[in-house]
Amino acid sequence: MDLTLHVWRQAGTSAAGDFQTYKAVGINGSMSFLEMLDLVNENITREGGDPIAFEHDCREGICGSCGMVVNGIAHGPHDMTTVCQLHMRSFADGDEVWIEPFRARAFPVLKDLVVERAALDRIVQAGGYVSIRTGSAPDANATPVPKPDADRAFDAAACIGCGACVAACPNASAMLFTAAKAAHLSYLPQGQTERLGRALDMVAVHDDEGFGNCTNHGACQVVCPKGISVDYIARLNRDTIRATLGGVGSPAATAGQ
Amino acid sequence: MRQAVTLYQSSIGKKFLMAVSGILLAGFVVVHMIGNLKMFEGPESMDGYAVFLKGLGSPILPEYGALWITRIVLLLAVGIHMVAAFQLWRRSRAARDVAYRKNDSQVFSYASRTLRWGGVIILLFVIYHILHFTTGNVHSDFAYGSVYQNVVIGFQNTPVALFYLVAVGALSLHLYHGLWSVFTTLGVQNPRVTRVRRPLAAGLSILLFVGYAAVPVGVMAGILTLR
Repeated sequence: MDLTLHVWRQAGTSAAGDFQTYKAVGINGSMSFLEMLDLVNENITREGGDPIAFEHDCREGICGSCGMVVNGIAHGPHDMTTVCQLHMRSFADGDEVWIEPFRARAFPVLKDLVVERAALDRIVQAGGYVSIRTGSAPDANATPVPKPDADRAFDAAACIGCGACVAACPNASAMLFTAAKAAHLSYLPQGQTERLGRALDMVAVHDDEGFGNCTNHGACQVVCPKGISVDYIARLNRDTIRATLGGVGSPAATAGQ
Repeated sequence: MRQAVTLYQSSIGKKFLMAVSGILLAGFVVVHMIGNLKMFEGPESMDGYAVFLKGLGSPILPEYGALWITRIVLLLAVGIHMVAAFQLWRRSRAARDVAYRKNDSQVFSYASRTLRWGGVIILLFVIYHILHFTTGNVHSDFAYGSVYQNVVIGFQNTPVALFYLVAVGALSLHLYHGLWSVFTTLGVQNPRVTRVRRPLAAGLSILLFVGYAAVPVGVMAGILTLR
């Protein structure tokens, strides 16, 4: 199949960007979206041009490196996949494809489709850990965890930090990411000690990084390649409100500070 | 006080304030709708209800006492709801400095997309509504205390009645998104509750629309007439 691509090109963070049009010719339906871009880049390079920069690593949908907005949808039109696992059979011959970087003030464009997502790392640094001596690997089932809680913690821990939730959110909010990173600890016994302080600290950094706030649209869970539910946001809200109403001076609220 | 400051500063705190003030306002909207339906019981019932509201709380409270306390609480709730909404909107607008060329918005509901502008329409409507039926400034033939008569004369003006219908439609949409998302904002995670939150919000919004539309439609259809 042959496609017309409109790709956002931007030389650097402070440079002005614009869309450039490219032809993607002879595309096989079994190619991934990134392989299609590889092919386009080969042609650009052969003609002496600057290839389209995009981030990628594992190309099997588990690392969270890749991500771009394809025709207005983060990671493209296929459900529960990253863009590297989006296959060209999702497109038809002659389609026009608009490719844009994830747009958020907290995600400055580094080059073309590559954005700086360190703001997400800083949210994790604020509370996405448990400060206990873990020692060597504990015996299995030494700390009993109810199966439903283990499942919920695991589902939250499936977050690969790709940032699609931020890209899709009309408010550019990172609440789904923050909520998942808090919930995968707050469902487990080891995460209880710092639970409320963690919520306060992570939300404070989330706000400081310039992300917007959640208005419960639910666009984030629709594009999330790992299918993380907005119900985790309810849990983060609950913990944050409990920490706030419990008083900022309470031990629980300051444990993570 | 420190709690109040933290609530005010964090985005989740602001949303909490919006949720609590929103619940209060939604409660008022329900009571107001039930009061409106007294129109169908005739002028004695409607005008008597107004007298009852003025005397509510006596003899402990002076006349108009409970009425003014309610008004002040509602005004505070509106103020908090609006200020928080405005600040959150500014924060979110700044959070996406470059807009998408293509934006596939099919994943958002109509109610959630129109939430902010819907709120502005409701605010303008409430100001008009108070000038229309409470103070009578924009009413063609206002008689203080004759509630039934004021309402019928007011809605015999068809454009005004249609404007009321549009406004209560906007209110219902606003409440639909607000009522179900309040559960998330306040951190309700019980799956038995989260399963029913959308049908619950939809049912209540439709009920409110029907209840509020009944009076202007009743006047336009000639069911409610001057007596």
